[in-house]
Amino acid sequence: MLAEKYAERIEKIFAKYPDKRSAVMPILYIAQEEYGWLPQDAINEVAAICNLDPTQVKSIAGFYTMYRERPKGKFWLHVCTDLACALRGADEFYHQLEEHLGVDHENDTTADGVFTLEHVMCLGACDRAPMMQCNFHFHENLDIDKAKALIAQWRAEVNAALNPPQPEFT
Amino acid sequence: MTNLNIIYREKDIPDIREYNVYIANGGYDALKKAISMKPADVIDEVKKSNLRGRGGAGFPTGVKWSFIPQHEPRKYVVVNADESETGTFKDRQIIENNPHQLIEGAMIAAWAIQATAVYIYIRGEYWDMAHALERRIEEARKGGFVGENVGGSGWNCDMFVHLGAGAYICGEESALLESLEGKLGQPRVRPPFPAQKGGGLYGEPTVVNNVETLANVPWIILNGADEYKKIGTEQSSGTKVFCVSGHIVKPGNYELPFGVTMRELLYDHAGGIPGGKQIKAILPSGGSGPIIPATDEFLDTKLSYEDMAKIGTILGSASIIVMDETVDITWVASKITKFFKHESCGKCTPCREGTYWLDKVIDRIMAGEGKPSDVDLIANIAKNMQGVTLCALGDFAANPIIHTIKHFPDDFKQHVSGSNGNGAKAAAPARRAAPVLAGG
Repeated sequence: MLAEKYAERIEKIFAKYPDKRSAVMPILYIAQEEYGWLPQDAINEVAAICNLDPTQVKSIAGFYTMYRERPKGKFWLHVCTDLACALRGADEFYHQLEEHLGVDHENDTTADGVFTLEHVMCLGACDRAPMMQCNFHFHENLDIDKAKALIAQWRAEVNAALNPPQPEFT
Repeated sequence: MTNLNIIYREKDIPDIREYNVYIANGGYDALKKAISMKPADVIDEVKKSNLRGRGGAGFPTGVKWSFIPQHEPRKYVVVNADESETGTFKDRQIIENNPHQLIEGAMIAAWAIQATAVYIYIRGEYWDMAHALERRIEEARKGGFVGENVGGSGWNCDMFVHLGAGAYICGEESALLESLEGKLGQPRVRPPFPAQKGGGLYGEPTVVNNVETLANVPWIILNGADEYKKIGTEQSSGTKVFCVSGHIVKPGNYELPFGVTMRELLYDHAGGIPGGKQIKAILPSGGSGPIIPATDEFLDTKLSYEDMAKIGTILGSASIIVMDETVDITWVASKITKFFKHESCGKCTPCREGTYWLDKVIDRIMAGEGKPSDVDLIANIAKNMQGVTLCALGDFAANPIIHTIKHFPDDFKQHVSGSNGNGAKAAAPARRAAPVLAGG
């Protein structure tokens, strides 16, 4: 499925490298974009595209933290709680977010499946802590109120998609 | 002198990221000049400039380039934009605000070694920056400075961005090359070194340079090695970007000549310590370098490779994390240990196992359940991790333990004193257990 649907992008990726194997990481990102995470079927497809064994692809997906090996929330929130951010209150910020979302590290995804909260190591935004990355985009110089506003906005986006406004009859 | 912006030219020209603005301000003139020179002369000029690798090791850049065998048909330049050290955010600012200078510097390096392609390995978390950088490369390609017949020289060299996916270890050059080849990011056995046949990308001779290093190169080619050497100290030429974070009034990147003192950096430039508090300790090179107590001697030490070595630490990538008097250094050791435990690639046993043991015992100490002998135990584990791994991560993980205990023994003692198992519980700061990390 990936091979046909994303043929053009995959071709462009292959053109960058002398060896097809180098394309495995970029194509895993495409698979994750399509499926939301990397189920075994996706691993098998990527393996076939790159002429690799599925076990090799699975090991890549397991080694790198940005590949999702299980389903996650629609919005994947990564809060840096590493030393430099923690010195500027990132641990407290993280715990406030946990409380606000009603998640913890055992159950890191909200009941409605919209948000997953995880903490991560240094994201290179130490001077703008606390910060978080949501689906690969940075949000910096946060406090809990700013984060709550972002979360409300994202939740509204999901609700709008689920319940599109009905056209008005006049 | 302090206003010389070689790297962060956006401070003088805010829109320097735009291709036309970059061109209007002498952009790609250095590349044009370089391709009018013999590749060997470009290497000599960079050698003469005493430019040293800004990724942390400080290795002379021109010397690195000169290791590349001339007659191999395929050669690569790989730009290390995997910036992942705790407290480091300098390369990101170059990629965001002055991307064409990085592209130009990388193309000059490529000309110097007659490379066939350039790969920029950028950490996956810099997703937006990586995609923006691809568009900047496309502008340079359209301008004739990347790709076929570069600058009308007949030389072909394309440039590609490769996104990582969240692994600190990929900043280590041989692990980076493995990752770029589509494998697990684990360090290689050396020799052969990347510059040698069999040791580089796809087995071809390869130069791996840091973003900041390459961003210096256009200035050196345009203004000459002699001018460059006038900036900085005798053994550390040019400017350096200092990333200042932690307990500081104005955290951020400061580009200053080598030789500025820590005190000048922190108090004159970065605004001093919030609340008028005293500094307790500084990590001058992120999580991986030795921690140093903020003595007057240290604060008055010049920031250069040679001066930092004299006082028993390293300049590294100059990721300066400042901790005020309220910080419990045992907690710092715990934080850094968790980082390395998460980031150890698992290839070498001392690092893979050692980081877990350290973390487990420090957790026990932090929970007030440690014994006085636990401090000796972690010091011993750390010592046995030094110098016995394929890459420096094992040593990096040992550093925070060894140097925190050496310089701040009382911080550890307060958690374990008089303890027969749980006697020190009252002294332990109440902190919640750290949650499981993403992918951990």
